Order: sequence, then C-alpha cells, then structure tokens
Amino acid sequence: MALASPSVVPVQTRSERPSSTDVTDFPAVTGREFEWKFAPLDRIRPLIEGVLDGSPVAFQYSESAGTTVEWVDRATAVVGVAGTPEDRASANAWGAVEKVLQIRVTSEEAEELLVRREHFDQNPRAAHVVIEALPNSSGTVILEHRGDADLSENVEIVVGEGAQLTVVTVQEWNDSAVHVSSHFATVGRDANLRHVIVSLGGGVVRVNPSIHLAGQGSSTDAFGLYFADAGQYLEQRPYIDHQAANTRSRVNYKGALQGAKAHTVWVGDVLIGPHADGTDSYEQNRNLVLSDGTRADSIPNLEIETGNIVGAGHASSTGRFDDEQLFYLQSRGISEEEARRLVVRGFLAEIITQIGSPALEERLTAAVEAELVEAEVVRAAAGVASDAAAAASADAAAAGAAS
Amino acid sequence: MSVLKIEDLHVSVETEQGTKQILRGVDLAVGEGETHAIMGPNGSGKSTLAYAIAGHPKYHVEGGSVTLDGVEMLDKSVDERARAGLFLAMQYPVEIPGVSVSNFLRTAKTAIDGQAPAIRGWIKDLDSSMTALRMDKSFRERNVNEGFSGGEKKRNEILQLELLKPKFAVLDETDSGLDVDALKIVSEGVNRAKENTGLGILLITHYNRILRYVKPDFVHVFVAGKVAEQGGPELAVRLENEGYDRFLQGANVG
Ligand SMILES: Nc1ncnc2c1ncn2[C@@H]1O[C@H](COP(=O)(O)OP(=O)(O)OP(=O)(O)O)[C@@H](O)[C@H]1O
Ligand SMILES: [Mg+2]
Repeated sequence: MALASPSVVPVQTRSERPSSTDVTDFPAVTGREFEWKFAPLDRIRPLIEGVLDGSPVAFQYSESAGTTVEWVDRATAVVGVAGTPEDRASANAWGAVEKVLQIRVTSEEAEELLVRREHFDQNPRAAHVVIEALPNSSGTVILEHRGDADLSENVEIVVGEGAQLTVVTVQEWNDSAVHVSSHFATVGRDANLRHVIVSLGGGVVRVNPSIHLAGQGSSTDAFGLYFADAGQYLEQRPYIDHQAANTRSRVNYKGALQGAKAHTVWVGDVLIGPHADGTDSYEQNRNLVLSDGTRADSIPNLEIETGNIVGAGHASSTGRFDDEQLFYLQSRGISEEEARRLVVRGFLAEIITQIGSPALEERLTAAVEAELVEAEVVRAAAGVASDAAAAASADAAAAGAAS
Repeated sequence: MSVLKIEDLHVSVETEQGTKQILRGVDLAVGEGETHAIMGPNGSGKSTLAYAIAGHPKYHVEGGSVTLDGVEMLDKSVDERARAGLFLAMQYPVEIPGVSVSNFLRTAKTAIDGQAPAIRGWIKDLDSSMTALRMDKSFRERNVNEGFSGGEKKRNEILQLELLKPKFAVLDETDSGLDVDALKIVSEGVNRAKENTGLGILLITHYNRILRYVKPDFVHVFVAGKVAEQGGPELAVRLENEGYDRFLQGANVG
C-alpha cells in the first residue's frame, strides 16, 4: 500500500465495513457508531429496528419515451446487483419490501423521466427502487419527494457499459418527515453516472450514496445541495469506490444552514482500490452558515491502496455570512433580503447549474429562495420575541431599582 | 447645491468593559464638490465617524444628526442611506464568498438606481472604469474581495465609487497600504468621480501624500472624538511635520 501524501490517513477502512441484506446480522444501534453518531436516533429508531410496512405506495410519473416504470417482484434478477446494505436501517428496509419499483432507461436519447412520490404517510415504511440504464443508453431520472414520510429505502442504480445516466433525488418533504435512504450504484465500463442529491425539506433526511466504479474507464460526477433551516437535520455520506483502472470521480456538495439547531452532516469517503491504477478523484464539501445556532459537520476521508494514480484531492470548508458582510452589501444600497439572496444564490448556483435539467434548475432556484423567505419570516418573528424579552428584562431591572 | 451636515454627533460602542463613548460632539459640513481631509491619531474615532454615517449597527448614536440636503440619515437603514447617495470606502473591505464582482456591482447599481442598468452602457462603463483602475478583466468573475491583495481591495472600493455615483463619499484610509503607482491610480479614480458627478468627499488619512493628488479644500484635526482644529491644506503639512502632540495635551484619549 502506498500513500500519495503523508497527510492522508484513513480514519476507517471502508472496504472492510460489514454488509448484509439480513437485518439480524447487524448489532443493535447504540448511537456511538460512527455511522449514527450525528443523527437524532430517537426519530430514526423505528426505521432501524421497528417493523416496516413494505407494501407499494402510489406515485406519479411522466410518460417519457425511452423509459419504463413498473412494480416488479423482489426476486427479480437485477435486485441486489448494485450493492448490499451497510447499515441496519437499510437492511431493515431490504427485508421488508414486498415489491420493487423498477425504472429503466432503454434508449440512446431517452426523454427526461420524472417520478413524483408524495403519498407516503407517517407510518414507518420500507421502499426499494432499481434504476437501470441499459448499455449505451442515455437519460435523466428525477425522483421527487413531498408530503409526509417515515421511510427507510434502498435505491439501486445500475449503469450499463457506455451508458450516460443522470439520477436526481429531490427531498422537499414536510417538516416532520423522516427519510433515510441508501443509494447503491455500480457503473460499467466507460459509463458515467451523474448523481445529484437535493435536500431542502424534511425533519430528518439522510441520503447516503455508495458509487462503485466497477468498469474500466467509468466515471461519476456526484453533486449535493442542501439547505437546512431551524430544527432540520440533513445528512449525506457519499462513498466513491474506485475499483477499476482509469476511473474518474468528482464529488461536490454545498450546503447552507440557517436557524436554531439546523444541523448538516457530510462524510465523504473515497476509496482507491488496489486495482484502480490511473484513478483521478477529487471531493469537496462547502458549507455556508447564515445564522447563529447551526452546526455543520464535514469530514472528508480518503483511502488509497495503489500508488499509481493521476490525482486524489479533497477540500472541506465552512464559512459564515456574517453581519460585516451584510453591512458591506447594504452599504452599497442592497437590501438585507436581497443581500442574503445574492449570497446564497451565488453559493449554490455552482451545484444547481450542474443538474442538467433546465426546468428543474429553475424550480430549485425558486425553492431555495422560498427557503430564504421562510427563514426571513422566522427570523423577524424571533427578533420581535427577543426585543420583547429585552424590554421585559429592562422593566424587571427598573422595578428592581425602584424597590 | 448638495450638502452633508454632521451636527453635534455623539456615538458609543458596547465593549466588554461596558459602554464606551467615542464621538463626543462632531460638527462638520461638506458641500457638493468639496474635499475635506480628516487627520488624527490612532483611536481618535475617525473610522467610528465613517461607520456611524453609513449606519453600522455596532455604533450607537447617542445624539446629534447627520443630514443630507436637510433629510435626516440617522433614522434610515444602511441600504436606504446608500440609496440616498452616501458611500463608504472601507478601511478593511469585507470578503463576500460566492458572489462575483460583476454580479455584485450589477445588483448594487440596480438597487441604487431603482432599475437595472442598460446592458450595453453598463458593460462599457464597467470596462472603462476597470481599465482606468488597472484592474484585470478576470476580477469580474472573482468573488468580491476574496483573495484580493490589500491594494486590489482598495481599487475595488474606488471602482464601486465610480460606478455607483454617490453624492458624498467617506474614504477611510483608502491610501493605506498602497504603493506609489497604486496611490496615483486610486487618486485619479477619486478625482474622476469628483469631476464627473460633483462628489463631496470626507477623506480620512494619516498621510499627506494622498493629499498631493486629491487636493483638500479643508483639513480637520480629529482628536478624542471631535474636531480639534480646522484649516486649509497647509495644516496637513504642519501635522505631518509636528505630529499631534500639541492637540493631545489635556485631551482624554482611550
Ligand atoms: N466595536 C468596537 N468595540 C470596542 N471598541 C471599539 C470598537 N470600535 C471602535 N472601538 C474603539 O473606539 C476607538 C476609536 O476607534 P476608531 O476605529 O474609530 O479609530 P480611528 O481613529 O479610525 O483609528 P485608526 O487611525 O487606527 O484607524 C478606539 O479606541 C477603538 O478601540
Ligand atoms: Mg480607522
């Protein structure tokens, strides 16, 4: 084993992490595991160890040429091709589902497929989706999530040789929703997977994609965009597994946080395996903190098991939009609202413009701005409340002085 | 004839040791097209005056007024003051991550004018101001002040001054940290703004050298939170030679 630079020290060996489709193979979760240490476990527990309803839930989808969408039996051959659960919630869902939602991209120029899932409810549920791009096909699959949810799910993505697949998963759940999702992707020879996670709404949302670059010359561009406001917990742990030679990965996640107890977690694992000569990889995570009382965890982790690579880098940063920046923009005539919009839009645009679906890009830009406006209202209300509190304590002080 | 009038201005800040009085009755009037230099020892309150005029929330106005053509500025928000025609070139310009210079400038221009500038004319103005300030075109795509050198930040302030066309500008040590060439370039920018728009200037500095390029009509000596003496350009020369000692006797600093 050769390390590219002495500063690269593996925190854990990702390739040795246990995996199984049987939930009983996983020990009980204590909350001290690295896998779970950040998450609000009390809210996820039912998904980790409870009984899950695995019956199919209705959804809508666009009729798009070059794609098919159908419920299939869980014994279908393609199930399990892209990966195996690595945590208990994932295994719990794996065993509980009755049917698997199979999405296929079959043509070289498939139309964009939109699958909207908004009929989950507050019952703990399991789901399983398989997205398969046939060899040399090309297409975009968008999974949109709204409404209530208490959902553990597995999403498998199989990208055939020479295929170009974009998968976008958008979480705009209601405030109380809990959603833990494991994505497993396997990318074939000379194929590319563009993978995008957008998490805006939901109480607890965790989407962990494991992308295996299994075929020679395969590549992935993995993007993430998240905006956590007061009380929201948003987690993502992209794992890029460079198995084959001459593979390339780019990981870029950006998040904004605003409001008390807004919490985001990003753990980026990159493993460059012993046969992955000629690997070129770079991962980064940037967070923008817009108010006090938030927490952004950001942990890049790189393991390199071959000396013969083109590049492997990582970057992580968390910056603040603070009062001085606000003052600077305002002193140029820009209103406070506009200033926040300007900064957040500028920060997140880098990801939004990578999605490759103009309609969705436009909609997400608007959705991010709606988040800002919403937080604006909350902040204004909080400002009034703290003014009132200050006035009350001033009154109390005055009363104290008088007595 | 526009005028910026500061009358009996008292300003304090909250510090860990409690409320600290900084400005203790500042009186100043700047007319259209006039240049007033303000010189004074470190900590005398020059930047505080600049921030208080612009409306920085850290500085509490205890009394007095700042009016622009008779309109009170002190009860307006920071952005309203800027839209009314005030501008502050900061001693330490702030970095804004994620916002490109060109996007920032266009947004500011739109806010100040109340409408978006016509694209063609705007690009032309931007180009010619940047060329005059010897700022490479690549700055347009960089994030505001991020990774800029001290001198580049100052040029960026003057670029904004030229494009936003305020009525009055406070320049807080815009000359500090500039080499001779940059000082000339920046001074020319200030003089252009003055010629083109009749800009009135409050120029805070420690050094006489910028005053050779940007000619002051008046010089004010600022000590312990107020104007201790005023005169013509000759006063600046005298201060540079003699220092502030004769003003500090009896003055309570810090
Ligand atoms: N936010 C603050 N908190 C505490 N003290 C402050 C604050 N701002 C200013 N002061 C104090 O007020 C006084 C005046 O500061 P100011 O920055 O206005 O001085 P200045 O004349 O601009 O000095 P310089 O020539 O060094 O730029 C100083 O003693 C400074 O420490
Ligand atoms: Mg100062």
